[in-house]
Amino acid sequence: MGDHVTISVNGRPLTVPAGALLSVVLAQAGITRFRRSVHGEARGPLCGMGVCFECRVCVNGQPHCRSCLTLCEPGMEVCTDD
Amino acid sequence: MSARADVIIVGAGIVGAACAAECARSGLKTLVLERGPVGGGATAAGMGHLVVMDDSPAQFRLTEYSRRLWRELADELPADVEFDPCGTLWVAADDSELVEVRRKGAFYREQGVRVETLDACGLAEAEPNLRQGLVGGLRVVDDAVLYPPRAAQFLLQRGAGAGALEVRTGVEAVSLDADGSVALADGSRIHGGLVVNAAGCAAPSLSPGLPVRPRKGHLVITERHPRFARHQIVELGYLKSAHAMAADSVAFNLQPRKTGQMLIGSSRQFDVADTAVEHAILERMLRRAFEYLPGLSRLTALRCWAGHRPATPDKLPLIGPARPGGRVWLATGHEGLGITTSLGTGRLLADQILGRTPGIPVEPYLPARLEKGGARHG
Repeated sequence: MGDHVTISVNGRPLTVPAGALLSVVLAQAGITRFRRSVHGEARGPLCGMGVCFECRVCVNGQPHCRSCLTLCEPGMEVCTDD
Repeated sequence: MSARADVIIVGAGIVGAACAAECARSGLKTLVLERGPVGGGATAAGMGHLVVMDDSPAQFRLTEYSRRLWRELADELPADVEFDPCGTLWVAADDSELVEVRRKGAFYREQGVRVETLDACGLAEAEPNLRQGLVGGLRVVDDAVLYPPRAAQFLLQRGAGAGALEVRTGVEAVSLDADGSVALADGSRIHGGLVVNAAGCAAPSLSPGLPVRPRKGHLVITERHPRFARHQIVELGYLKSAHAMAADSVAFNLQPRKTGQMLIGSSRQFDVADTAVEHAILERMLRRAFEYLPGLSRLTALRCWAGHRPATPDKLPLIGPARPGGRVWLATGHEGLGITTSLGTGRLLADQILGRTPGIPVEPYLPARLEKGGARHG
């Protein structure tokens, strides 16, 4: 294995390649609901380039971070709306 | 509606909607003409704060009376009106503002308005994201917020369910005549028993000489951040900003929506005809908000916009006949309080039309009060 880091996703540790895109590692970890719409519907990545705001998650306590623009860093704490 | 309307209301903002609903519910055949959509002017641009204010005794009576009418209606409001009885928190930044908090609290209490006076600790407990060092506050328990355009639609639906009420949108009135008729942009004319100018900032174009001036305001809406703020939070300095009639001013005024979004205001400017967003005053407005809620600066804004409030010289709306005994009436000039005072306005208008005894004295709001020293209009 190359250079890996461990992040926390909804309280569970997840080991991922350093510098990987958060949206990608979340999708690969099987997360299908990144957040909820105002009416409670599931939302996840759509555009993958920071425009649609659908892939927002909470990173280190900061809500509404676009996971498609966020690179994984050691110890990062991520909460989705799963 | 085939028969002639008893009352034609020009303007389907929240004030026109409330007037129409009251007239229809009182048995008057009512026709509403609106050039745009229902609730598309100042009603759509504003915050939707149902608030008791006491700049003057007449302002207090109308806001308190209107807020009571809203509370009576609360159980009937559909969920998408987003009525939220979150209360208002007036924030004092220094000792002089604390004196004002105490005065306001004592006056409200004496008038039967539920309030709680908070010291610095109580304020921090009520709103943990407020900055340190604020000296106290006043919680006005029964103030509330709602989503005004939907509330305007609901008032019209409710009126139509209880009486004869027709709403025509996309119909532009160009003049109101002393015989109670309305000339339309397409060259036709509609005759009614009387006609009510409820056109907000457009009212002077229908009633030349009317002393209603547009007062521009900006708002920002944030992403959803539930529980960041729990009350509508307003700095006491807001009163100075709202009261000053000359210079551009900003004041901190924040409203949490049921969704967790927050509206951030406020600004006031006279003599700016367009509703373009102006970055200089927007920046002043946001800096003011960040002074009170530093954490706001880390949140994401979704959108900003500006609109116009219809302001009168004495800060009170115009409710009643434009000229004593005339058939052209007015229901406009509510400045920043039209959402709150719409229900009181509708009730007082219908009371006057039907010769009923009003719930509060109407004299302070009669258009005739401005005739004394000023130009005639109507």
